[in-house]
Amino acid sequence: MKKKELSTDVLIIGGGTAGCFAAMTLGKEKNISVLIAEKANIRRSGCLAAGVNAINAYITEGRVPQDYVDYAKKDADGIVREDLLLSMSERLNHVTDVMEKAGLVILKDENGKYVTRGNRNIKINGENIKPILAEAASAQENVTVLNHVNITDYIVKDNRIYGAYGFDVNEEIFYVIHAKAVICATGGAAGLYRPNNPGFSRHKMWYPPFNTGAGYAMGITAGAEMTTFEMRFIALRCKDTIAPTGTIAQGVSAKQMNSNGEIYETKYGLTTSQRVYGTVMENRAGHGPCYLKTDEITKEQEQDLYKAYLNMAPSQTLKWLESGKGPSEQNVEIEGTEPYIVGGHTASGYWVDNNRETTIHGLFAAGDVAGGCPQKYVTGALAEGEIAAEAVLGFLKDEKQTAAKDVDSEAKQNEKQAEYEHFLNNPQGLLTTEQLEETMQKIMDQYAGGIATDYRYNESRLALAKEKITSLQKLVDGLAAEDMDDLLRIYEVKERLVVCQVVIAHLLARKETRWHSFAENADYPEKNADWEKYVNSRMKDGKIEIIFRELVTGGKHYEHTNYTK
Amino acid sequence: MSIRITQNNCVGCGRCIEACPGNLIKKDAQGKAVIKHISDCWGCTSCLKECKTGAISFYLGADMGGAGSTLSVKSKGDIREWCVTSPDGSVQVIEVNKKDANKY
Repeated sequence: MKKKELSTDVLIIGGGTAGCFAAMTLGKEKNISVLIAEKANIRRSGCLAAGVNAINAYITEGRVPQDYVDYAKKDADGIVREDLLLSMSERLNHVTDVMEKAGLVILKDENGKYVTRGNRNIKINGENIKPILAEAASAQENVTVLNHVNITDYIVKDNRIYGAYGFDVNEEIFYVIHAKAVICATGGAAGLYRPNNPGFSRHKMWYPPFNTGAGYAMGITAGAEMTTFEMRFIALRCKDTIAPTGTIAQGVSAKQMNSNGEIYETKYGLTTSQRVYGTVMENRAGHGPCYLKTDEITKEQEQDLYKAYLNMAPSQTLKWLESGKGPSEQNVEIEGTEPYIVGGHTASGYWVDNNRETTIHGLFAAGDVAGGCPQKYVTGALAEGEIAAEAVLGFLKDEKQTAAKDVDSEAKQNEKQAEYEHFLNNPQGLLTTEQLEETMQKIMDQYAGGIATDYRYNESRLALAKEKITSLQKLVDGLAAEDMDDLLRIYEVKERLVVCQVVIAHLLARKETRWHSFAENADYPEKNADWEKYVNSRMKDGKIEIIFRELVTGGKHYEHTNYTK
Repeated sequence: MSIRITQNNCVGCGRCIEACPGNLIKKDAQGKAVIKHISDCWGCTSCLKECKTGAISFYLGADMGGAGSTLSVKSKGDIREWCVTSPDGSVQVIEVNKKDANKY
């Protein structure tokens, strides 16, 4: 393996939604060098690859940012960081404006006002939203994009960051990147649990299968504090295609209906988790399958739905056309997905201050990887990218800089390179990376509340999950990589296993059921006011320690203390 | 669900390699695009949209209800022409204007 050493003022890990917007923001300070390290290519990488068809976090006319905070708080039943939600909400419209200027098409009425969908959404043509973002980020003269480089570890000393290590996913190159500040924007974690389509279409999942929790794993391993990993996210989707249901539910007002023709959605409540839970309960009661009732829509609405889905989830349009029956003739069957860990929808992620600085000094987190601030969606991730970027500028001005070269040693670099190389040199044994991934998904499915158990778990099952995931982790070292692509897959499963451990520890720690399905604790099936607090964690000497923290609410701002830094 | 790359139509421009969010498409010894792990596709269709020669099409696996139809796309200015081709050769076309916002 060849070694390449790079040096930059700011390293952005992950060139998706938040990462690209952070780069655009840092582009205003031409004297600061910015490097985006992206494991695929920023053109379409991350959550926005296929496109989106609405901006789901927007402050519509007559509403204020606090309304959005209140909505998200209610949806998560209180376990949110109100300071983070407010600082995000205050920027939602501004970032939308930036995107429109960059070329995003937004639907307007005859008076030139945005057309809204409900209280918080506006309608767009977002098929090309990622290329727009990627081009705007790349156009900044002080921004360099390093595509096809996968970052695996931070360089940290005394709880201060100095850069990261990684490798090229195509060529045998080991990267040492020294940076004064780092923004982690790697997204959440998919692929921890056995998916809806475990066979040929195993990657037809809600969240990008390429978001493997790398940023979480790096932070966990480096001792960063994490929050609320027990608030898993489960999406309610169209059966098989795992395409969005919101477009149908909100767009043509289709209701959730069971196989007896009863509309059940109001029976269980309308929060995000209750909508999933209602469907689970109806199925369990023998009233499945469940549907979105679309058989009353017009042919014109049907044509519009075909187009809408082509702009974000083309599988669904293909399925309708291939089967010869569109939604006007046939109700759309729905199902819950496997659980994901994703800070843009629920509150799992890095424990950050209002600047989005993590508990590792100089390391910032934005988008799905950052915790405490659910319901971010696209605009919230953009807003956090901007907040983190602005905070980085302040950090670079105020902070006395120690040269990374004085911290990072040749010995450490050699050790990391040897770790990569040993996988390339390992002979292919009986166990493969694919087997380990499937086994991990099976364990999480059956013992940590996956689809198999209707998302329920108990302490006995979680104890087994922990034991079995620990055994799997011991097998990773023996895996073999024929090329760099194989090496990437080994690291992806390695990262996911670390994330699984933290998910299990958090599920064990919260002894209540506050969110049905998302965290359905069979030992403690009720909600309990004693648990109106955050479950946080930190890895110390390879062990996960649980930390409970009081809620940040009522206009208060959380700040890191010396203890957390 | 995955993509099919028709080697005869591939000109080796590499646009699909750039577009894939999963870094799944590589060049073979002849410089043509190939997908190494067919079951790792997310189904975003980014590669179809980028391909200038129509070499890439998309299909549903049998596990998703697929029965052999393919989805392909041609761009003509602001119009994207999405085509669903059945195994019997019949074609259904849906045009989507890039400048039109979603109504739902």
